This record gives sequence, C-alpha cells and structure tokens, in this order.
Amino acid sequence: MTRVVVDVMLKPEILDPQGKAVAAALPRLGFTGFTDVRQGKRFELTVDGPATPEVLAQVRQAADTLLSNPVIEDVVAVRVENPADDAGQTGGPASAASGAAK
Amino acid sequence: MIRIGVVTFPGTLDDRDALRAIRLAGAEGVALWHGDPSLHGVDAVMLPGGFSYGDYLRAGAIARFAPVMAAVIDQAKVGMPVLGVCNGFQVLTESHLLPGAMIKNNHRTFICREQQLSVENTATAWTGAFKPGERITIPLKNQDGQFVASERTLDQLEAEGRVVFRYQGWNPNGSRRDIAGVTNEAGNVVGLMPHPEHAVEKGFGPDSEAGPRTGIDGLRFFTSVIAQLTKEGALK
Repeated sequence: MTRVVVDVMLKPEILDPQGKAVAAALPRLGFTGFTDVRQGKRFELTVDGPATPEVLAQVRQAADTLLSNPVIEDVVAVRVENPADDAGQTGGPASAASGAAK
Repeated sequence: MIRIGVVTFPGTLDDRDALRAIRLAGAEGVALWHGDPSLHGVDAVMLPGGFSYGDYLRAGAIARFAPVMAAVIDQAKVGMPVLGVCNGFQVLTESHLLPGAMIKNNHRTFICREQQLSVENTATAWTGAFKPGERITIPLKNQDGQFVASERTLDQLEAEGRVVFRYQGWNPNGSRRDIAGVTNEAGNVVGLMPHPEHAVEKGFGPDSEAGPRTGIDGLRFFTSVIAQLTKEGALK
C-alpha cells in the first residue's frame, strides 16, 4: 500500500481569509513573532501497489483538474509516503519498494 | 413557450424559487437533474444557489463534473443562455465558462443582506431589460463570495465590458473591483453572487421605494432572456 500526498496552496497573490483568521488568533494564545500564516490543503491518495510512474501521472492529472483550481491555487508538492514509515515499523520489502520510488 | 431549465445538484437550495421565478416571468420552468446528461430541449439553463455536494473541496468544484454539466458546457459554447447564481456562479467559474474564481468572504463570515447593484452591461442575454447604469436591489447571501482574478484578467474584463454587475454602497465580500457579476465573451453566459430569483414577487422581495418587500428587480433577469429567445425564435 502506498500513499501519495498532494499539497495545494492558494497562490501567493490571493488573500487567504482562513490564514488571516489563524494569524489573528495566535498572539491571543501567546504565540508571538509569526508575521504571516497561510492555510492550504493536503490530500492523501492511497493505492494498493507501488507508486508507479503511471500512478504518479494520474495523481498529477487529478491534482491539476479536480484537487486544485489553477485560477487561485498552486499544486506545490506531489510526493510518495509510505504509511509504514509513520508507524515506525522496520522496512520490509514493500516499504523498500515504495522507498525506492521516492 | 420559452422553456428554461433549472439544475438541481445534491445540496442545491434555490431550485424551487428559481422555477417559480421563471414561471412568474412568463416562461416554463423545467427541472433538470445533475445525474441526467440530457437538457431535455430547454432554451436556456439556470444553475441556482446552494451548497452543491456540500461545497467540499471548493465551492462548485465537484458539481462542475456532474453528468448534466457536460451538456451545459457544450450548449453554452454554442450560444445557449446560461445564468449562474451564487453557487451556480461558482460552478461556472470552476467549469471555466466564466473567468476568475470565488474564495471566502474577506470578513470570513456568512452574509445575508439586500444588496444594491449597478447594471454595467445590458447587452447580455440576461440583462436586456435593464437600463445601462441602473441601480437595482437584489438579495445576497453567501460565504464564499469574494470574486478574485489576476490583474491582467480583471483589466481584460473591464476593457471588454464584461463586468455585468458591480456592488454599490458597500462591497459585501471583498470582491476585486466591486465585481458582483461577469459574462463570457459572447454575452450568453452570466454569473453573479446575488439572487435575482428572490426578488420577483411583491410581498416577498427586498424593500424598495414602493414599500417594504416590494422589490422585484430580479424578475427582469428572466424577462430579459425570454425577450431575447423570443426575438431569436421569430428570426429563425
């Protein structure tokens, strides 16, 4: 099982009302010194097998057509993640394979 | 009789009001379903307001890929009048039938008010019954109503006269250049955030000089398109 992560952010020139709300709340909790906050979206797409070039091509196409709106957003990253890495498990053949795809 | 279709997506709210407005204007309202790829021979289509597919992902982003939208996009490109209101406007920008995009209101809260607009372009399929520069009052209610586009696109829209409505008095959502509605190059596709279908019947509309709840400025969106389609029909 492989997870492909897609990060989408509003374009830098587009005002981010959600990020502004977070930025306004931070100092109230004592988190000072942050000059700006921008909030984006993270999509996790899971496939059964490894992240083949075909799978990644499909993810990129989905990212450009549905997951983001190119008028206001940028796809800033498409990367492969192995869920086993998060669980702290030692790498078996599957994780080695997806690791190689990184 | 002119037949105007109204699309219902899962989460659409104003389809019944839209159908009623069309009837009051003198046309036949035809209910269209998001999962049905046929437009059933209608002469024009309205995409009403609401929260299609819960507005998950982005407002209108999932609705844009509904089966009915393939037909709406095809017909819009060959001149069929299409009106998108609020969520329908968002669906039209996501479909790239109209330029720009809508993001959250700059004040981050939902807003509902009687909004004054100026009519900037009376040459579209949906605005022929207005006078250039006329001030009208149309109810507005939205969360994601801030119209944004690149400066280049905004300049182009202004230069080509494609800004159809501008907010007057107060900009309720931070839209660039006070833009409330725009049209495509051909003038058959129009989108705006305020809701004309809520200002079509005395007793239920916004306040006007004639008295409380007497405003029916929204009715002329529909009489405009009926007049245009009737004229085209007579020429054929």
